[in-house]
Amino acid sequence: MKKAKRFCKILFRGWLVRISVLIILFFFLCAVASPLIATHDPNATDLYNKLASPSREHLLGCDQLGRDVFSRIVYGARVAFLVGILSVVVAMIVGCAVGLIAGYFGGWIDSVLMRIIDAQTAIPSMILAMAIVAVLGRSVVMLILILGFSNIPGFARMMRGQVMTVREMDYVAASKIRGNSSFVTMMKHVFPNCVSPIIVVMTQSIGGSILAEAGLSFLGVGIEPPTASWGAMVSAGFSNLTDAPVFALAPGVAIILLVLAFNIFGDALRDALDPRIRSMD
Amino acid sequence: MGRFLLKRLGQTVITLFIVSIISFSLIQFIPGDPVYTMMGTDITPEYHDQIYEEMGLNKPVYEQYISWLVNLFQGDMGYSYYLRADVSTVIAKRLPTTLCLGVTSAIVSVIIGIAFGVVSAVKRQTLLDRTITIFANIGVAMPSFWLVTVMVLIFSINLGWLPATGYTLPWVDLAASLRQSILPVFCMSLGGIASYTRQTRSSMLEVINQDYIRTARSKGLKEGQVISRHAIKNGLIPILTLAGTTLRGCIGGSAIIETMFNIVGMGQVMVTAVNKCDYQLLQSSLFFMAAITCGCNLLVDIAYGIADPRVRLE
Repeated sequence: MKKAKRFCKILFRGWLVRISVLIILFFFLCAVASPLIATHDPNATDLYNKLASPSREHLLGCDQLGRDVFSRIVYGARVAFLVGILSVVVAMIVGCAVGLIAGYFGGWIDSVLMRIIDAQTAIPSMILAMAIVAVLGRSVVMLILILGFSNIPGFARMMRGQVMTVREMDYVAASKIRGNSSFVTMMKHVFPNCVSPIIVVMTQSIGGSILAEAGLSFLGVGIEPPTASWGAMVSAGFSNLTDAPVFALAPGVAIILLVLAFNIFGDALRDALDPRIRSMD
Repeated sequence: MGRFLLKRLGQTVITLFIVSIISFSLIQFIPGDPVYTMMGTDITPEYHDQIYEEMGLNKPVYEQYISWLVNLFQGDMGYSYYLRADVSTVIAKRLPTTLCLGVTSAIVSVIIGIAFGVVSAVKRQTLLDRTITIFANIGVAMPSFWLVTVMVLIFSINLGWLPATGYTLPWVDLAASLRQSILPVFCMSLGGIASYTRQTRSSMLEVINQDYIRTARSKGLKEGQVISRHAIKNGLIPILTLAGTTLRGCIGGSAIIETMFNIVGMGQVMVTAVNKCDYQLLQSSLFFMAAITCGCNLLVDIAYGIADPRVRLE
């Protein structure tokens, strides 16, 4: 308990981190309690208010179909959180499994797995994602899987590196001598020692995932309309840039704030978990 | 060094092989008939069969794959039914644009990013460092399409200083090319500048705490000399690994940037290929761009091996 308290004290040392956590909590609240915060139905069209400027009735104006931009941004937080976090979880599970196996066994298994990871890194992920959506159709699950897969290399490489150092430790040798199977040794002794870097990479990947989702939605292959997505909103706003600049800019500000908050929080977490960096900076 | 080179080369070949399988497999997963998906259903059955045969779809899958690969190595990348041209002609015409913009953005990112990173690390914990760090964080978090939106709004729509569409190659018309490059290059490189700044800063901080820097200081070198002769040299080695990522980012990012600025390059070609279900165009251009990335990664690895001899022994 005392240890946790000390950890939190180090983690929340800077004012930037505290603000970041507040921003994340704010958007999380938007996502969970969207109907309470939104002022309008996000999908209710009102053709008299097409591309209306911000007013007291519509805080951030209306989009090309007369839907309230503020309410759509609030509902858009749902997509950002859902896709951002779940895709990272997918990437974590698959990537860590690949990295664990590659690092633990080494040899040809390692070579084959890492070449596959290299190949995946080499293909432009945005185009591949578009192609997969074009071929298999689009849905939220699909989007989570695609973004998850494009995040695998980071987890796999990190995990492999960790495992290769841990593998040489005496306690791993002891577990083997005791007659434990490879699986038991990996899960009981190797994996727990890799947990803190996994948490760090996870928090740092969420921001990137939210950005990637916004990018795909921007190109029109992300979340299906009419579900509100920040990327798709900027895209629609860009087509009507001269008439309604606020409509194009506001969802982007939401993206930047949330991604920035996750990145800063991720960095703070890394610094708090790694005493070597803590002393240095 | 020879063994290291050979090993890396072998790895690249295997990676390319896997890339070719992934690019090729895409077409196999299309539900329904690929010819109808591509050409629409209002074509005559005879025409359908003709294209079906032209694309080699009547042969077994492994034969299609092998003939695609063999043709690829002979420079025949297939035929784009949407653009009505050979894929190799399309790529030859559009690749220079993407490479020009991509390489310029990469160079801009590297130079400015490293400069900011070094300054930030040397002046750490000052107001300057904090300002640079905050801007770098925002740069990493900013979606490029939003940046384009803001820039076009300010410089094209409100001020009318810069064109919002099109691109001319520099050897066709240098002045026009420069004017048209400013916005896309800036929007493409800002993310890169931000990540180089962050990486350089943390890598420099790591080096600055090393014993040999203390030694350099204690033997009486001026701070400027310590930084330029000892710190930067070692601090920049890890930055090399970023170089591969940058180019990949520029190629991937070109899809968004080229679409928004209406630039006719590879990114736009691939988006078209996806949207129009032009499968031969898609699989060949996907493989081609991935091959370029693999080539760059190989060069980066070799450079890394030269800069840091420890890597070669791994």
